[in-house]
Amino acid sequence: MLSRTAGSLYWIGRYVERAEFTARLIEATIRLDALSPRPAGQGAWDSALLVAAADYDFGLTSETRSPLNISRYLTLSASNPSSIRSCLDAARSNAKSVRTALSRDAWEAINRAWLNLRGRATTGGNQSTLGIVEAIRAETRGFEGALHRMLRNEAYAFISLGAAIERADNTARLIDVKYHLLLPDGEKVGGPIDRDQWTTILHAVSANTAYRWLYSEGLKPWLVAELLSLRKEMPRSLAASSEEVVTHLNAIGKRTGLQSEADRLARMRQSAIERTSIDTIFNHGLHEWLSGFIYENARIHQAIGAQFRFG
Amino acid sequence: MAIERAFDEIWGSSASREGRPEFTALADWISSTPPAELDRRQQAAEAAFRQLGITFAVYGEEESAERIIPFDIVPRIFTKTEWADLSEGLVQRVEAINAFLADVYGPRKILKDKVVPEELILGNPQFRPMLDGAKPPHGIFAHICGIDLVRTGPGEFWVLEDNARTPSGVSYMLENREAMLRLCPELFEMFPVQPIDSYPDSLLETLQSVAPRPAGKPVCVLLTPGHFNSAFYEHSFLADSMGIELVEAADLEVDDDMVWMRTIEGRVKVDVIYRRIDDDYIDPLVFKPDSLLGVPGLIAAYMAGNVALVNAPGTGIADDKAIYSYMPEIVKYYSGGEAKLPNVETYRCREPQALKYTLDNLDKLVVKLVDGSGGYGMLVGPTATKAQIEEFRAALLKEPQRYIAQPTLALSTVPTLTESGVAPRHVDFRPFVLSGSKGVTITPGGLTRVALREGSLVVNSSQGGGTKDSLILAGDA
Repeated sequence: MLSRTAGSLYWIGRYVERAEFTARLIEATIRLDALSPRPAGQGAWDSALLVAAADYDFGLTSETRSPLNISRYLTLSASNPSSIRSCLDAARSNAKSVRTALSRDAWEAINRAWLNLRGRATTGGNQSTLGIVEAIRAETRGFEGALHRMLRNEAYAFISLGAAIERADNTARLIDVKYHLLLPDGEKVGGPIDRDQWTTILHAVSANTAYRWLYSEGLKPWLVAELLSLRKEMPRSLAASSEEVVTHLNAIGKRTGLQSEADRLARMRQSAIERTSIDTIFNHGLHEWLSGFIYENARIHQAIGAQFRFG
Repeated sequence: MAIERAFDEIWGSSASREGRPEFTALADWISSTPPAELDRRQQAAEAAFRQLGITFAVYGEEESAERIIPFDIVPRIFTKTEWADLSEGLVQRVEAINAFLADVYGPRKILKDKVVPEELILGNPQFRPMLDGAKPPHGIFAHICGIDLVRTGPGEFWVLEDNARTPSGVSYMLENREAMLRLCPELFEMFPVQPIDSYPDSLLETLQSVAPRPAGKPVCVLLTPGHFNSAFYEHSFLADSMGIELVEAADLEVDDDMVWMRTIEGRVKVDVIYRRIDDDYIDPLVFKPDSLLGVPGLIAAYMAGNVALVNAPGTGIADDKAIYSYMPEIVKYYSGGEAKLPNVETYRCREPQALKYTLDNLDKLVVKLVDGSGGYGMLVGPTATKAQIEEFRAALLKEPQRYIAQPTLALSTVPTLTESGVAPRHVDFRPFVLSGSKGVTITPGGLTRVALREGSLVVNSSQGGGTKDSLILAGDA
């Protein structure tokens, strides 16, 4: 496989995953906003910007920090490189240049998602925003479905690898930001707002039911953190994503006979997570631990690019 | 109006629209299928094209302005005999083109014998002096030709243009057929149509057959300028259907006059490159130095005989509009017989008499830039405004050598679905001719382009033309 093709496939995986995550984030934020005490949940939208790593860039637009402006920025803005629109533009552009490596279904799913957003200038109110993000989620699910019907070859592995790296990053940022920044002054840990916020985290990653299945207790922040960090049964958890990175690198290695730095780093990370308990993490400091994870994830991302000469 | 007199491929010449006897079944199908039904099927086809991304980008418009080429649901048909005659003429013409190219970049006998004026070749911007003495593997220069034909009556076919560089459109030929099979299956019950889906296999065989050193399985790739190119869909479609890599220049490197592609497993040696990048951009060391689309050193590898370039660089001299007018002589020179496919009568404005005739008859002629394409730089006299005619008069007087002129032909029409029902529209036809080391292959089909505006003779997709499926019958049923 051409190195450029591998690179494009990997980025398709990342961009589609990021588009889907941002759609989920917006949905969850609208929900949190609705639950928050009046005046409307400004904090909810500020933290959405932080989770999407778009806080600084939004500040540069000189728009007011209204829920509508922020949700439009995250959904449709062409000047936000991580908006859903920008992600789909980039995913489609990559998909177009490597069409031959994609199945027809996979290409059509990306192309359709891109066509749906084209020509939209405003999101309208929350109701229509919800309609848009729901449609995006349906399309990205369609892409995942198409992906799973592709040949289990390098193309499949590189897309999945990109998706796993992106997912690990998104989940880590979600836990980190929500955990540290949400609670307003005077609010008690374990109070109603705190509970809503943790519910929102679970909502953002569609894990409400999963939580009930795995834990018989009521909502406990450290258990949510454990679920999303260490439980492999949870497909979006850091542990599951880390394992997936190793699996796909292995698959590529088997087919190409090439294993190197990226494999080494990914395996080290996986075994470190397997040896970790949630108590250790909290003793160490959740924020510090998550920052370390995000940094390590970026290192693995770079090693993958170097190993396969994405260029 | 030319339209009244034009020969219709299905309805024939009669005003009563009784149809050519060979195709009465199709004429009946057109008249018995309600326009609303045809319209529905046509829209279904176009929606499918849009969804598949069968698009082309129009230069000068925004990147997002991708268009699909309008597709017309009413096909054109060739009888078995018509096709057999055409094929013979096409083989003769393409063999002559290849002989001509080998001669021009070799011994130049045709120039010494003064059949074609020497200065017209050696002073032509399409002639590449740096490729003098090039011996492409197996002696073939123009592996893929898309010969543009027009028709003016029964048995009257004319060659309008020999596209011998990187002709495009073959993906539309294949996709149009897919759409027709899905949407109008009854037509294929009505007529025994020859299949065209072997084209990608024929193309791959052609590519493999011209590998420099046919040892083992040659590595063939398709070189594209990238996905912003207007024909990118076709590039990816062809690479996909042949199962070969679609590469961009950055994926290739030349080392010691060998061409390699960069893969995740290391470097892989490349034997044959089907390049869809123009000569000017293919190698910055030899042609435009500022181009990023090309592969430095590619021409050196080609001249060293280590890689086959398809089509070979320098083939532009064979389809240049100034050379075109000599094609009957060229065909005769190399084949020893008269050209089976005639040229459209052509006035070379570089010649004083031809220039005078052209200037006197601008309102009746089509005037073209010799190096123009895509319907740009062209005057269609009968439909031009006074101002347009005067503009061309001035240009002709200033640089006559840049122009040729041709009579406006009463191009044949084919019934076409229009806003006011099915009506005749002018068409041309581009079959694709493959030349490999094992001979010439012509897939029984081609791209029919149709001028969608009433009376218009301009069929280029960049000028709003559409396409149709072209059915070649297996028997004269």
